[in-house]
Amino acid sequence: MNAVTHFVTPDFLPAAPEMFVLGMACLILVVDAYLSQNQRWITYTLSQLTLLGAALLTLMLHQTEPSLTFNDSFIRDAMGGVLKLFIYLVTGLVFIYSREYLKSRDLYRGEYFVLALLAVLGMMVLVSAHSLLTLYLGLELLSLSLYSMVALQRDSAVASEAAMKYFVLGAIASGMLLYGMSILYGVTGSLDLASISRGAALFTPGEAMPAEMPGGNTLFIFGLVFVIIGIAFKLGAVPFHMWIPDVYHGAPTAVTLFLGSAPKIAAFAMLMRLLAEGLGALHGEWQTMLIILSVLSMAAGNLIAIAQGNIKRMLAYSTIAHVGFLLLGILNGTLSGYGAAMFYTLVYTLMSAGGFGMILLLSRAGFEADRLEDFKGLNQRSPWYAFMMLLLMFSMAGVPPTVGFFAKLVVLQAAVEAGLVWLAAFAVLMSVIGAYYYLRIIKLMYFDKAGHDAPLVAPRDMRIALSLNSLGMLALGLFPGALLALCSRVVGTG
Amino acid sequence: MHGYMHVTNNRIMSAEQIIFYIFASILTLSALGVITARNPVHAVLLLVLAFFTSAALWLLLEAEFLAITLVLVYVGAVMVLFLFVVMMLDINITRMREGFARYLPLGMLVALVIAFEMALVLGPQHFGLERVPAPMRHTAGYSNTAELGSVLYTVYLYPFEIAAAILLVAIVAAIALTLRKRTQNTRYQNPGEQVLVRREDRVRIVKMLSEQEGKRS
Repeated sequence: MNAVTHFVTPDFLPAAPEMFVLGMACLILVVDAYLSQNQRWITYTLSQLTLLGAALLTLMLHQTEPSLTFNDSFIRDAMGGVLKLFIYLVTGLVFIYSREYLKSRDLYRGEYFVLALLAVLGMMVLVSAHSLLTLYLGLELLSLSLYSMVALQRDSAVASEAAMKYFVLGAIASGMLLYGMSILYGVTGSLDLASISRGAALFTPGEAMPAEMPGGNTLFIFGLVFVIIGIAFKLGAVPFHMWIPDVYHGAPTAVTLFLGSAPKIAAFAMLMRLLAEGLGALHGEWQTMLIILSVLSMAAGNLIAIAQGNIKRMLAYSTIAHVGFLLLGILNGTLSGYGAAMFYTLVYTLMSAGGFGMILLLSRAGFEADRLEDFKGLNQRSPWYAFMMLLLMFSMAGVPPTVGFFAKLVVLQAAVEAGLVWLAAFAVLMSVIGAYYYLRIIKLMYFDKAGHDAPLVAPRDMRIALSLNSLGMLALGLFPGALLALCSRVVGTG
Repeated sequence: MHGYMHVTNNRIMSAEQIIFYIFASILTLSALGVITARNPVHAVLLLVLAFFTSAALWLLLEAEFLAITLVLVYVGAVMVLFLFVVMMLDINITRMREGFARYLPLGMLVALVIAFEMALVLGPQHFGLERVPAPMRHTAGYSNTAELGSVLYTVYLYPFEIAAAILLVAIVAAIALTLRKRTQNTRYQNPGEQVLVRREDRVRIVKMLSEQEGKRS
């Protein structure tokens, strides 16, 4: 009874990037308190250096063999490493794009950067989670930071309303997820994803469970349903998408940019850790649920987006549609399918960062540039950025030779491999419908007259980053092989 | 001897069951009361009751430390603050209840369906004693606090640190969202200036002729 647990110091090294980000976030919090408004560039530079340092640490500590630490609650594997690197990259882009916008709206404060870095930490924890407990805590760290970032513009009623909706619906989603997790814990008696996976391996559809898993059959499905509802809420898959348009619209564009890009990578990681690694044996059960979510998301997202006059709302519905495509890759349940979904996620976050970055480029102090009309005649004002937007929109619509085409192609391949030809055909139909609203922006830019010819002003680093971001869509489209091979190699190594 | 022990054990179990059912029903009813009470102060007080009864349930599970923490932290600190806030805010109850009747039928329907499904799955056929063995009884020397302490900073070190980061987010967010510097029409004290004050700032010594001297001259 008097068992003393001998403390074995865990291997801290795999978690060095996480510790570095946390330490730097605390440091920035303190340093920023002593800075005046025109010294705020120090905060900005420190935040970018944090991301750079974390990227270097992640690269240096990279190993192809997965390793566990902290009593198996943390995993370092190749997939996690690649996902983390993309999180740093996208967040770095977000910081570059949003700086001018924040400055002109009195939001250029240390809190934006500290909260964003803590959100990055939450994503990293989520990506490396190997137990239900750390997965949930990472998710909460991410979500809480995002809720407060949405509300950061205190005097805006729309932003406060958006934050409130996001918070309440997010709390319900967390509750659902937690309830599902508690059932899974009740069935398997463990929070560790590997043990849950071993428990799930005893699952035999339509038969009574073996003696060691009492009542597990029904209970597993019951827990699974709640877990999937929780994930679908966070991803924004129909019918759990209600918050996305309002939050994307209401939040300051710089926050929408962050919200709509990097967290999608974390959501993908959550799907992989829970469904593929934890409950992979229940694939037959969750495939049907994901098919329903995917079909509804693609249909509702693409059809409702057509009716939007606000480009932030339009991109919100486009996100929902893209989530439907992402699920196409996952529901196959094979490694090639997961690889396709990962490729899709990474490409989508880059496209999304570029798309919202363009809105930030067009907006000025006191002017939001979030209506479709604001893009009218962009070609006359700036042919170069009109071309960049054209590339981004082509990529979102899935027009070759941009990378969006390949992303759609690989997930469709995964669906066909799974024997779901009807689903693939439906997805193609929906993406054709979706092409309409992306191409409408291109039409507005090239064939309509500009309302005014104010020149675009942006700092040089933003112009360069945005151009590279957009040209990257073309370059990745011409040479998709490297990233595609990377995705299929690292996925499922854990 | 063995048989006698067994019987006593059984009797204790049934007494425990009675206590459990009493507290569980109070918990459910007070939780229902929290969301249906018309007066927000009543709702908060019912929430306090709910916390107390769940603490009692935890005591039944031999989790004394958690039970006491729940009462001390939630009831003692959080709910008292909450009560303060509720009393200080002017909450318009009629506006909050707008649309309650309209959404009630649909909400009730969904709740009933979920409750029915949960009853189907979560009954004793899956979680009964013959399925899941009762948790082990501990001897008198067992300390829940010590057990918790021995794993909290070792096995659960990593989740513990993340939880600390979450609290940091809460602090940063709360300050960022509520701290406003009001410069006009507010009077405030600056403790730094107060500490650094010198005698010369406050007291002005005026040299003047004493009254008698004045008279004499």
